Amino acid sequence: MMVTLERLRLEIRGLDEAELERWIAASLVRAEGAAGARLFEDIDVARIRLIYELRHELEIEEPALPVVLSLMDQLYDLRRRGAQLNAALADLPADVRQAILRRLG
Amino acid sequence: MADDPYKTLGVEKTASAEQIRAAYRKLAKRHHPDLNPGNKAAEEAFKKVSAANDLLSDPEKRGRYDRGEIDATGAERERPRTYRNYAESGRGERYAHAGAGFGGGFADEGFEDLFANIFEQRGGRGGPVRGQDARYVLQASFLDAVNGATSRLTLPDGQTLDVKIPPGTQEGDVLRLRGRGQPGLNGGPPGDALIEIHITPHPFYRREGQDIFLDLPVSLSEAVLGAKVTVPTPRGPVAMTLKPHTDGGTELRLRGRGVPAHGKLPAGDLYVTLRVVIGPMDEKLESFLRTWAQPGFNPRAGMGGAE
Repeated sequence: MMVTLERLRLEIRGLDEAELERWIAASLVRAEGAAGARLFEDIDVARIRLIYELRHELEIEEPALPVVLSLMDQLYDLRRRGAQLNAALADLPADVRQAILRRLG
Repeated sequence: MADDPYKTLGVEKTASAEQIRAAYRKLAKRHHPDLNPGNKAAEEAFKKVSAANDLLSDPEKRGRYDRGEIDATGAERERPRTYRNYAESGRGERYAHAGAGFGGGFADEGFEDLFANIFEQRGGRGGPVRGQDARYVLQASFLDAVNGATSRLTLPDGQTLDVKIPPGTQEGDVLRLRGRGQPGLNGGPPGDALIEIHITPHPFYRREGQDIFLDLPVSLSEAVLGAKVTVPTPRGPVAMTLKPHTDGGTELRLRGRGVPAHGKLPAGDLYVTLRVVIGPMDEKLESFLRTWAQPGFNPRAGMGGAE
């Protein structure tokens, strides 16, 4: 289900539309539709809330946002891939899993 | 019994709104759950800090808490699904490397690339691994490098290593002593010792490849009248006959007296350049030279009119 800007502003109080458009323009957030008729997925909403908190509660200045988000995205990439690896390992025979665990240990 | 929100934020009961705000921000930076994925302790800490901030940042709630009308219980509210919940699922692909701009150069980097390296490096941990090579520098004398020698190297750990310097060793040559490097792991073979040779220059020999060059001082009478002289060579002195009237600057070659043959290289030659040395002042020589002339002889003829 897509979320409209009106709905988004109810969820994240204090969110400024011009600020959000800057984040979209800087490719920090994805959105469907043109400016003025934006639609967001759940993950976009969560990301906007995070960026809002980074910016206004954790005092990260706007020019530093791409750096912080890039590092964070890389961290999540690794964690996603780690989870995939974990799932793949879970399908292996028990003795192979044990052998891998011993080596990692 | 809920924690005291003042203690949670580490502020005094009399703290100003600004102090509370600053304390909250400081703690939120450290414990924000989206910046600490997988860290349960950070998540719990952040919940408490948020709850404490919710209570104390609202003047009305803070007043009621201070008057004992409410306690901190129930102040914790569930956060909506945080970014982390999405980012760690498959949905997170939507923002893979997004911070660097969508469609940045990483999109094609596969799963295999990422873990291939890890497995390659980890792979050795159970199996045998060859030890590391150890690198040393050995200062050799000119003649040891030419003729070959065995030199003793004292290692940093106090052990010694006998290094066989082969004949004809050149500056910067690296000798490899198999198995004398760091020990291997899990039954792997040890590494090698790599010894770089630095050669101390000689006071009178110079070397170019297989050949050696030497300036040989001779006296005036040896040069004019001829003589049998002794020439030092890298493998001991040899006798050499100077014909009468062998001028200063003459280059004589002693075949096979340079660097000895080694590998596929034949022995080099020793080139001897004569240098006439007048020696101490001599009355008789001087008085003779005052009465002596060499008609028509100009040693600088051919140097463009120099007299």
